[in-house]
Order: sequence, then structure tokens, then C-alpha cells
Amino acid sequence: MAKAHVMTTVNGDPVEFLCDTEQTVLDVLRDELHLTGSKEGCASGDCGACSVIVDGRLVCACLMLGVEAQGHSIETIEGMASGDRLHPLQTKFLEHAALQCGVCTPGFLVAAKSLLERNPDPTETEVRYWLAGNLCRCTGYDKIVRAVLDAADEMRGG
Amino acid sequence: MTADSREKANGDTRWIGTRPVRPDGVDKVTGRARFGADVHLPNMLVGKVLRSPHAHARIRSIDTSAALALPGVKAVLTRDDFDELPSEFVPAGEMMVNYRDIIRNVMAREKALYEGHPVAAVAAVSEKVAREALDLVEVDYEVLPHVLDVVEAMAPDAPLLHEDMITAGVEPAPSTPSNVAKVVEFGHGDVETGFASADLVVEREFTTQPVHQGYIEPHSCIASFSEDGQAELWCTTQGHFVVRAHCARILGMEVSKLRVTASEIGGGFGGKTVVYLEPLALMLSRKTGNPVKMTMSREEVFRASGPAPGTCVWVRVGVKRDGRITAGEAILKYQAGAFQGSPVQPGCMCAFAPYDLEHVKVVGYDVVVNRPKAAAYRAPGAPQSEFAVESVLDEIAKRIGMDPVEFRLKNAAKEGTRAAYGPTFGPVGLIDTLEAARAHEHYHAPLEPGQGRGLASGFWFNIGGETCATLNLGEDGTIALVAGTPDIGGSRAALCLQAAEALGVDVETIRPLIGDTSTLGYTFLTGGSRTAFASGMAVIEASNDMIGQLCERAAKLWDIPADAVEWVDGEARPAGANAGEFEPMSLADLARVAGKTGGPIVGRAQINAQGAGPSFGTHIVDVGVDHETGRVTIERYTVIQDAGKAVHPSYVEGQLQGGAVQGIGWALNEEYIYDDLGRLQNPGFLDYRIPVCSDVPMIDTVIVEVANPTHPYGVRGVGETPIVPPMAAIANAVDSALGIRFADLPMSPPRVLKALEEARIPEAAD
Repeated sequence: MAKAHVMTTVNGDPVEFLCDTEQTVLDVLRDELHLTGSKEGCASGDCGACSVIVDGRLVCACLMLGVEAQGHSIETIEGMASGDRLHPLQTKFLEHAALQCGVCTPGFLVAAKSLLERNPDPTETEVRYWLAGNLCRCTGYDKIVRAVLDAADEMRGG
Repeated sequence: MTADSREKANGDTRWIGTRPVRPDGVDKVTGRARFGADVHLPNMLVGKVLRSPHAHARIRSIDTSAALALPGVKAVLTRDDFDELPSEFVPAGEMMVNYRDIIRNVMAREKALYEGHPVAAVAAVSEKVAREALDLVEVDYEVLPHVLDVVEAMAPDAPLLHEDMITAGVEPAPSTPSNVAKVVEFGHGDVETGFASADLVVEREFTTQPVHQGYIEPHSCIASFSEDGQAELWCTTQGHFVVRAHCARILGMEVSKLRVTASEIGGGFGGKTVVYLEPLALMLSRKTGNPVKMTMSREEVFRASGPAPGTCVWVRVGVKRDGRITAGEAILKYQAGAFQGSPVQPGCMCAFAPYDLEHVKVVGYDVVVNRPKAAAYRAPGAPQSEFAVESVLDEIAKRIGMDPVEFRLKNAAKEGTRAAYGPTFGPVGLIDTLEAARAHEHYHAPLEPGQGRGLASGFWFNIGGETCATLNLGEDGTIALVAGTPDIGGSRAALCLQAAEALGVDVETIRPLIGDTSTLGYTFLTGGSRTAFASGMAVIEASNDMIGQLCERAAKLWDIPADAVEWVDGEARPAGANAGEFEPMSLADLARVAGKTGGPIVGRAQINAQGAGPSFGTHIVDVGVDHETGRVTIERYTVIQDAGKAVHPSYVEGQLQGGAVQGIGWALNEEYIYDDLGRLQNPGFLDYRIPVCSDVPMIDTVIVEVANPTHPYGVRGVGETPIVPPMAAIANAVDSALGIRFADLPMSPPRVLKALEEARIPEAAD
């Protein structure tokens, strides 16, 4: 079967690609567009390492087909910093040592950004439940939660 | 150790103990860091593995003709592509592996020994074609009876995995084969004498289930063979030199013709110390002439890569009424998986290691079963045996009415204690962690009704080993640090801090890199909590090598003897008034004129690091239990551990927190579930449930520092000990909450609910 032609927006830029109908958005990002910041940890929506934001909504890129991206806007980890300026969440993750191996980090950052867009002043419990779809095996989550709360505080001008 | 560094170990440090942003950090928060699966090469093929659907089956024949005929398929591998290798044991982390077995684990030969065992591999132009090709490989299996349980596998009539396996370590050698690969024994004194003098003897049998390391990044690699027989391999691994050794052996190559580069690694915890896909990708690339990329799915990771073994552990401990232990005895039965080499030996050695015992005996059985070959997992072997011992100690403390900290302090190993496994301890920190626990506010905080508090201690040896490091001085005075131990959790930061301390320069002037196998001499893997210690020692020695050269250059410029120059605070100075009066020269000053004073300046070290100090820890946990669902909730958790000296405290805390939460998963949820045919039923993160963010509270940490005398700054490894105490600490807390002693892990909701129901209606349980 011929590949599908898809026109979409990735990190604000217009993007066109061809994909097989069974390819996921994650496959397209990684294999066709070579945006490998989104990671595949499970391919079943359990680990959150491929978290992206589609039209403002947090999505596991492994659970959405590439052809479904037609006409939508996708934000990935590659678009999180502006120019040479890191997003406050990125800065706080570094300051708090909220990563060890770092493979889950892009997913956590994208998911946390999505949280703070909805709820700029989350409680620890709200952070923990929002991030429950992102698995980290290294940190025990402590420093991640602290980094998100600190970033939220800073972004509120605290 | 120099007088200078001993002084610094007492606290006078500029960089050690600070918390700079890690040098690889920005790449990891922007998605720029390249992990195993993040590389694409031109003309790359995709490799996939066909795996046995049977837990135990003889492979009568394999027909690859239909698969090879499929357009787009470039090569198919089977057992026929690999030469036999003789029995030869080599170290893999803290465990031993045998080449005869590695080659069979990489590709099944006579038999498939577990569900997921590779039986063929294909390389094709796309993943889609490769998958179609797998369906076309015809394997004729004779399905055999299988055995999964360690006790059942030891029975005389159990299905035999290896028909020629004669138990080692038994005199006289058995005349018939069995699934028991090896029997080991450790101890000293006479336990029966010790038990005879006890006022109370408690014995209990414990079981633990296999658990997976659960790294979020699946195994992945790209191999590229060229026509002249040289090859490059990019892979996610804890030890690329070990990968090179194994792959070269399996492919019959000279090691110098294989260059292995370690990608950024997305977790390993011991599970990435062995080879799975790498030899297959290399062989497929050799056959096709194209680069071949292979990546496991999460399901493959669960079905075919190494879990920590499930175990059955019997423990007997005798005590005097005053709390002094008179004897300790244990029998450990560990699942090795399909091939021998479970970590039962370290399990035996660690079981009673925290305690000063006159009479101790531990016997271990290494038993093969139809499961994936066990791999190292953070303090391999120790969590299972110490769970059992620390549970029995808690029971004893409760029965003699003694505080668990007091009880442990009364028996704690200290400097001069002859460890149960043989050697005599140098300075160790168990007592310090126990005293810190007793002094901690958590230990005395009031509990909510229905909650329980538990405490347990833990031990791990830590290792050193072969290690190289290079410091290349740039012409502007900045330094490229090259290490050979993959950075799994911030070790580049820890190495830069140690080099900055030794050289007396700003840490920001040092940029680290993990060199490939051609840039450094053989360097053992990241494991055994050795990286901050052993690569740290190498970096310090390389710094001292560089300082020697810098002093020589200054001496040359000043026309005085080299030993009349000293290196202080990052600059060369005349050593005393007799040496003459010269303006001190900084590293940057000397770097700028290096070309005129003798050429480039490179500090090197190649060492076999000895004297890794063991690390002890003590954990305190509060739990709540939902009586309707059986769910155990971690309400509060404190980790106290001896780090020797915390180089970068944030990453030490991270190790303590991460290890504790892995232990929480081991204690409460994680297990493999098999059907009657030996097929894994939960090979995914939905059903194999590791702790998620909402499952756990903040994990408080207390770093105790009892300097390791063999390291210039006192460093001990810290990565593994924190996974040892949680299972017992939580079981002890659940016992405090419910009065029910859980001897079988995990304490998952169904098991807790069942135990609660049995406790409620004891007649019905009879």
C-alpha cells in the first residue's frame, strides 16, 4: 500500500511527511523526521517517554497514528527551549538533579509543561498524579516532583 | 594516599561535596542526548529476533528458505551461523558468565530453554519486512516438560534443562545430572554450638519472585561491518569493553578490529552488563555488508532479558535474652534462569554481613529453571538473602522486647569484625547509620492509627577493578576528561569534580567524555558501584600524572630542578625560598607554552583499583494498609547510608532514593506471572507494575560519611546498597501494622487481602 502524505505542524513549523498507515506519530517523529528526543520505552502508552502535546493536549506519541497528525499541531521536547534559553522546567530539572540516566526526562518535561499550562499552582499530590503516566526507574521521583514544584513557583513569579 | 589528600578528606575540599549542574545535563533536558536507538546510518537494515514460544523444547530443525525468499530480506541467522565455544567463565559485573552459555543464550542451539529464547534473527530493509520474515521461519520443536520453580527444579524427577549438568561444589561429585549447577558454602565457627547456647531460636522460610531491572530504555544497538573484517558497534551498555570482549569471542574476531561506542544509557541497574542483540547485529552486518540496527520491544525486554532471580531462603537465628546473636544459619536456593550463574554466591556472602557473628553458616544452591538467564540487578543476590535475615531479626527483636536499632547495634559489624564471608572489615559505617536512624526525627514521630513502622539494614561489598582515564590539556588550559565507564547516573559530574579537586582548577574547565574502546585501555564496566570510586581513582591518578608534567615544564622555564616546583591551588610555585623567586604559573599559563616546553601535556592513568569500601545503610519506613483492598501504602520513607564521601551529594541522594523506590516495587508489586505452559503473562509495564509517581512519598535521605581509607577523598560506592533494606523494612512495618509476618514477596494487594481474611477468620483458614 502506498504511503500516506501528511501535512502537520511540529514545534510551530509546517512539516510534511510520508508514512505507512501503521506508523505511529512516535515512529514518524523518530524515524522519518529524526526528532529522537521523544523516546520509545514501551510502545503501549504505559511509560510516557514519548509524551508530546497535540493541540494543547498531552498525548503518548506511540498511541497516535502518523496519519492522524494531519492538520494538527505537535509540540515535542525539541521545541521546549526557545533559542538558547531553556524552559524554566528544564533549568529546574538540572538544578535539582531530577534526572539520572535521562531517558525518561523528555517525557517528564513535556508532561510537566502540560500540567503547568493547566494548573500553574499544583500541589505535590496533583503533580504526582499528573505525572503517574510517566515512568522513571532511576530517581524514585523525589527530585522530579521538587523540580516541577520549584519551576511552577518560579513561573508564577514566586 | 598523600598527606595532602588525607587532609582534604577531613573536609577541606573546594569541589568535592558541591552540587554543580552536570556537564551532560543540557543535552538530556533538550532531547539532544543520543541513546541506543537514536542513531540512524545510511543503508541501514533492521534486524529482528524470532523467539521460542515454548518454555522448553528441543529444536529439531529450522527452515529459513521461505524467509530468505521474501523480497527485502537480506540475511537470516540461526544456530548454524555460530561456532561452538568451550566452557570458560568470565566476570560480568559482580557475576560470572560462561562463554559456552553466552553463545547459547544469544542464539539457542540444541534446545530452547525459556519462552523468548532467540532461535533465529533476520535483517531486512524495513521493520515491516523483517517482521513478515520472522513469520516465515519454520522451526520444528519437540516440546518438553518445563520447570519454573526453584524448589521443584531441585527435585530428583524434575525436567532436566542440561542433560550433562553435574553439580559442582559437592564431594564426591554426584553420578547423575540435575538442575543444581553449584553448591557454595560460607561461614565460620560451629552453628550447632551457637544454637545450643541460645535462649531463643527463630527459623523461617521466605520466597521472593523474579523482578526485572525495569530500565526505561530497551536494549538497542547498531553494528557496521566493513569488508576488511573491521567493525563498529554502537550500543546501550554498562560496559562497552566487556561487550567488545564478548562479541569478539563469539564472532571469532581480534578485539582491535571491533570498536565499540557506548551510547547514552537509559538505565541498566546491572541488566545491561551482558550481550543479547549485539552479537546478532554484528553477525547480520557481516553477512549483509550493511549496518544493522536492532532494538528490543518492551515485551522482548521482559521475556528475554535478565531478571533478578526468584529465591527460596531459609534462615535460622539464635539469640541470648540480652539480644546477642549466638548463631546464624541460612540456606539459599536461587533461580539462575536457563543457564547457571545466579548471584547466589554474593547472596550467601551478604546474608549475615552486617553482623559480628561467632558462628555462621550459609549454603547456596545455583539452580537452572526455564526462565530467562538471570542478570545482575543492583547488589545482585543480596536483597533476597538480606530480606530474609532482616525479617527474622525483626521478629526476634519484637519477641525479646528490644528496640530494633538497639538489637542491631548490639550485633553490628564494625572495623575489625571478621565478616561472615571471610575478610576483616576496615572502617565501615553500619553503626553510624543505626545511630543516625535512632537520632532521626522520623524514628520517633507518632504514627497514625493502623500504621506500622519498620526498619532494616543492608550491606553491599562494592568493587574496583581495571580502569583507565585520560586528561587532555587544551592549549587554552581547559581539559578534556576521557573515561571508560558509561555514565548511568551522573558519574561524569562526579569524575570532573574529583579531577578539579586534584588539579585545583575550576570544575567548569573540565569537559568529560566517555571514550570508545579504541581511545582507552581495557576498562571494566559500570557496575558494582565502582564508577565514582574506581574511575575517580583513575582520574585522580591521571591528574597527578599531569601535575608532574606541569611542574617539570615550570622547572624548565625557571631553570630549576623539577622537585623544586610544587603544585598548589591550580598553579606551579617554587617550593620554598631556596627554590628561587618566580611568579606562579597557572594551568592555563603552562598550557599556552606547552608547545615550546616539550609538547602536548596529557595525564594518564591505568589502574586496577583496589580497596572499594563496603557501604552499609539503614532504612526507616512507615506504612498504612487498606483493609478493603489489601493495598500497602508507603506513608514515609528515610534512607540513611554511608557514602564514604559524597562527591556530588545530589546524585548520591538520587541513588539512595532510586534504590529505595525500586525496593518498594520489589516489596509490594513486582513479579512475573506465568501460565501453565511457562509463558509470561505480564510482559509490559501495565501488568508488571513498577512504582509510579503517585505511589510514593518524598524519600528522605541522610548521608553518613565514614571515609574509605583507600580512596584519596574517602569515596565509597553508593549505588547498590540502597536496594537491599527496603523489602525487609517494609515487611517489618507491615508486621508492626497488622501483626502479620509476610515471608513471601511481593506483598501485593491480593496476598495482603488474603492474609487479612485469614487473620480475621482463623477457623476458615484451617
